Amino acid sequence: METEPYILLSAILFTIGAVGVLVRRNAIVVFMCVELMLNASNLALVTFAKANGNLEGQVAAFFVMVVAAAEVVVGLAIIMTIFRTRRSASVDDASLLRF
Amino acid sequence: MTAFWILAPIMVLAALGILFVRKAVHAALLLAVVMVSLAVLYAGLDAPFLFAVQIIVYTGAILMLFLFVLMLVGVDASDSVVETIKGQRFLAAVLGVLMVVTLVVGLSQVSFGTVVGLDSANEGGNVEALADLLFSKYVFAFEVTSALLITAALGAMLLAHRERVTPKAGQREQAEQRMRDYAASGKHPGPLPAPGVYARHNAVDTPALLPDGSPSEASISRVLAARGAVRTARADQVDEVVRQLAAPGAQTEVVDVPDLEGDEVTSASDVAVGKSDASEPGSDSTSGEGDRA
Repeated sequence: METEPYILLSAILFTIGAVGVLVRRNAIVVFMCVELMLNASNLALVTFAKANGNLEGQVAAFFVMVVAAAEVVVGLAIIMTIFRTRRSASVDDASLLRF
Repeated sequence: MTAFWILAPIMVLAALGILFVRKAVHAALLLAVVMVSLAVLYAGLDAPFLFAVQIIVYTGAILMLFLFVLMLVGVDASDSVVETIKGQRFLAAVLGVLMVVTLVVGLSQVSFGTVVGLDSANEGGNVEALADLLFSKYVFAFEVTSALLITAALGAMLLAHRERVTPKAGQREQAEQRMRDYAASGKHPGPLPAPGVYARHNAVDTPALLPDGSPSEASISRVLAARGAVRTARADQVDEVVRQLAAPGAQTEVVDVPDLEGDEVTSASDVAVGKSDASEPGSDSTSGEGDRA
């Protein structure tokens, strides 16, 4: 096994996620792109765990998954609340705090 | 490594698809592809526990939550194509390319050394080794995680909960409201007519006919009307079918064409529908378009 291809794949997936956050305007899809970035970093963590021969990377990936689950729960609840008040899930419409 | 070279292009393509598909549901399904492929990669990287967690937690729980919210928000709430900030997509693409180039160039200059492998670390089993780490070195982080999860659950409940400000309308209030509506605007107080209840069609996408032969808008679902999936069939179309049947040369088992009265119409033109649909399949669609316009 080589390390480089995995890390490159992780970098590419992370970049795609970042571009998605910049480009997409449906709040739910933006959220999915954030998940993609978290997954990409997980792949790097697991790869490094194998490359270095200890399990700390896998533990870190496990914690990332737990935090991602909590984040998704709260984030989707926020999106639901915004959708209820504004009848739209677009990130452009929630501009009340803009001066 | 074979699994990697098969899965990596699939994952990159699916991830790119998330950027370009219009509908959020398609993006969710493409994300599922990426996540399941990642799970397989984890299995290849000697992480069987994370393989299971990735499938159960990510693909099972988180993605289903996404789909659930998508269903609540409305599946056909697709992204608008209009750019609100000028040049946003172009700049985002430039930034993305820059980021990939930076990362690839940076990573190519790093030597990762030889792979040690997890054979010794996983000796007593991957799950046991992970548990040893979690409950000794990372026990505090693990406990904090429980606090985080409880906070997230409470927060989600708080955000999703809606306090009822007005009392719930009971049966009596609803009946009184209906009568008030009838007095004010003449809105029919009874139930809405059922769709498709007349001779030529029997389906939810065809409106019921009023006694004067005009279709009743109230009998079809608003969703179908919004999709433009409503078919129409008017009394004069029934007349036309009956005329075609009566014309010489028309192949039919219906010997006598009855007048448009009474129960017999239903049975006779029911038979007629099968005939006319077989002979001219385009008749329904054309008439439907004309009525919608």
